Amino acid sequence: MKLKTSLFNQVYEFTSVKEVLAKANEEKSGDRLAGVAAETAAERVAAKVVLSHLTLEDIYKNPVVPYEEDEVTRVIYDDLNTTIYDEIKAWEVGNFREWILDENTTGDMIRRVSRGLTSEMVAAVTKLMSNLDLVYAAKKIKIKAHCNTTIGGENVLGIRLQPNHTTDNLDGIMISLMEGLSYGVGDAVIGLNPVNDTVENVMKVLKMFDAFKRKWKVPTQQCVLAHVTTQMEAIRKGAPSDLIFQSIAGSQKGNEAFGITADMLQEARELVLKQGTSTGPNVMYFETGQGSELSSDAHHGADQVTMEARCYGFAKRFKPFLVNTVVGFIGPEYLYDSKQVMRAGLEDHFMGKLTGIPMGVDACYTNHMKADQNDIENLAVLLTSAGCNYFMGIPAGDDIMLNYQCTGYHEAQTLRSLLGLKPIKEFADWMEEMGLLKEGKLTDRAGDASIFMK
Amino acid sequence: MSEASLRKIIEEVVKSYYAVNSEASPKMCTPLPMEIPSIDSDAIPDITKTTIESYFAVPFAENKDAYLNYKKSTPARVGIWRAGPRYTTETLLRFRADHAIAQDAVFTNVAEDFASNKGWVEVQTVIKEKDEYLTRPDLGRILDEHAVSTLKLNYSTPPKVLVYVSDGLSSIAVETNAYDTFKSIEMGLKAKGISVAQPFFLRYGRVPAMDHVSEIVGSEVTVVLIGERPGLATGESMSCYMIYRGKVGNNESLRTVVSNIHRNGTPAVEAGAYIADIIKRMLDEKKSGVDLKL
Repeated sequence: MKLKTSLFNQVYEFTSVKEVLAKANEEKSGDRLAGVAAETAAERVAAKVVLSHLTLEDIYKNPVVPYEEDEVTRVIYDDLNTTIYDEIKAWEVGNFREWILDENTTGDMIRRVSRGLTSEMVAAVTKLMSNLDLVYAAKKIKIKAHCNTTIGGENVLGIRLQPNHTTDNLDGIMISLMEGLSYGVGDAVIGLNPVNDTVENVMKVLKMFDAFKRKWKVPTQQCVLAHVTTQMEAIRKGAPSDLIFQSIAGSQKGNEAFGITADMLQEARELVLKQGTSTGPNVMYFETGQGSELSSDAHHGADQVTMEARCYGFAKRFKPFLVNTVVGFIGPEYLYDSKQVMRAGLEDHFMGKLTGIPMGVDACYTNHMKADQNDIENLAVLLTSAGCNYFMGIPAGDDIMLNYQCTGYHEAQTLRSLLGLKPIKEFADWMEEMGLLKEGKLTDRAGDASIFMK
Repeated sequence: MSEASLRKIIEEVVKSYYAVNSEASPKMCTPLPMEIPSIDSDAIPDITKTTIESYFAVPFAENKDAYLNYKKSTPARVGIWRAGPRYTTETLLRFRADHAIAQDAVFTNVAEDFASNKGWVEVQTVIKEKDEYLTRPDLGRILDEHAVSTLKLNYSTPPKVLVYVSDGLSSIAVETNAYDTFKSIEMGLKAKGISVAQPFFLRYGRVPAMDHVSEIVGSEVTVVLIGERPGLATGESMSCYMIYRGKVGNNESLRTVVSNIHRNGTPAVEAGAYIADIIKRMLDEKKSGVDLKL
């Protein structure tokens, strides 16, 4: 294993695989905050050169958090297919990148190899990819999952309907729900981020969603994104939930900050399979985001791209229906500006797909970041080209509860028509039956929530 | 608002709150009416004067009355219609205006006389200026030496309940809501026979600074009223974080939070009554965060 190289006669020497991984990252304010970023642009490239010559075995032997110390590392290593890993362990990361990009390497071939990858390997190859590489490579990898309907199908773009409200007012949630559906939003999931994380509140909202879904025969799935323990208690009390949601992190300590363990998620999954309302078998929904580990001092001196990849490795065990990075939500101390958010969005989407999970992206920004709606529209077009499973849909992209901005209802049809995509099949059929969509175009009824007000 | 009239409002809200909510979460309130647009024949009307709740642009709504009725219940941008699949020009420009004002608000500091006007002491974290504050959350958790010695001196007897105020990411939120919320908490707790220590103001503070504060002061329950990062045109939103026996490095999941405290979310006075309830529960059950099922 060589950790030394030179560029223009300047020698660069690194002390560990972890340091190489961190310094090979594209620039991120979060890596600077953690004190692990490359000092100069040249050092960054030198780290990439060294990384390109590390073998997958070198990386396997050097997880950024030791197996003995960390549950996330154990989940990833215990679930690895050792036969496939043995086939590829001699590959250098640079060759691995070229193999993924080769025209003759299909998505199925990548998905098989993916079973022999640890999250550090996934992160490593990502660090050698340009933005267009990330788009091109991700596009090859289709990951489907089934809850009540199937997400991730060919030429399908799903959207999560996020009808958040500042006080969880039921009428306020309902009008956003109705209007979103009329724009073709909500095929991925109808999912509310509640203000009040109480069992009673979760039950109330789920029952309302369920009644509406039944009345109008909407083919989709529903979820209230409270803490996993709150949702579990609600389900035990009979709340009609199709999915269980939880935010997850790339280390045990990070998960402890969220108040969760792997066992707890396993128990949640078994509970929803036994007492939930969905067909399955994919009944979990996870959210992640670069920098969340550092924000709870749970990054173990590793960079934020590697820690993010580990979230996906951890998520994979629970056979999720939805996983999305909330890229840009966490703020300028982790992703400083639009350039860094766009890079992170493309990285996260590719890493999720390479890990083998059905990846979506909440393309978003906060008001203390140097980014605006134009940037997020750019990112949405790039990610749609990359075959992203789903985005968020919010009235005009303005989340009045979480106080951030992301993709709006109007982006759904725009992105679909621009790139020749459709909603999830059953949902598209439902839109046609409801007279909202005709020959791939929105009708005059689309955008009128009051068609549901009777 | 005068001290006396604020006191009267708090008393009424607290009274009605306890009449209908024994253990309940805050109920929905009707947004306050905004100013009426001024008419100036030489100028294009101010697009931000129209409330989102009253803006309606769906041309042939199947059930307009019901639509308008639903719209009253949310400040979400619904009923806005479209230009092809895209936003109408008015929606687009209104969004840009609201984003512009929020961004401008982030970079404003809490007024220098904010604390002294209320008779509160002002202290600071080790952060020196705004840009450092935005990119170094690690430093926004640590009080500087002067703050440590000031708090040690002022709270020589560890209080049962300490409520303090910090700027966070919105100066406007704190300037608008913190005082009323504090007064309401104080009164709510007084009704339960619990006294609250004198508050102070922490400049350039992040939420976990409350753990450092807890250790310095030794309070049983520590509560911070802190500005949230602004949403579109809602720079006024404040959060309240609470912890039982906070310690530096404790898990985020041990905090209990009440968010969206502003006039269109949970109004300050009502939030204060709710927070006082939670504080009482924390003292009774000796826990907070995910351990405390509300």
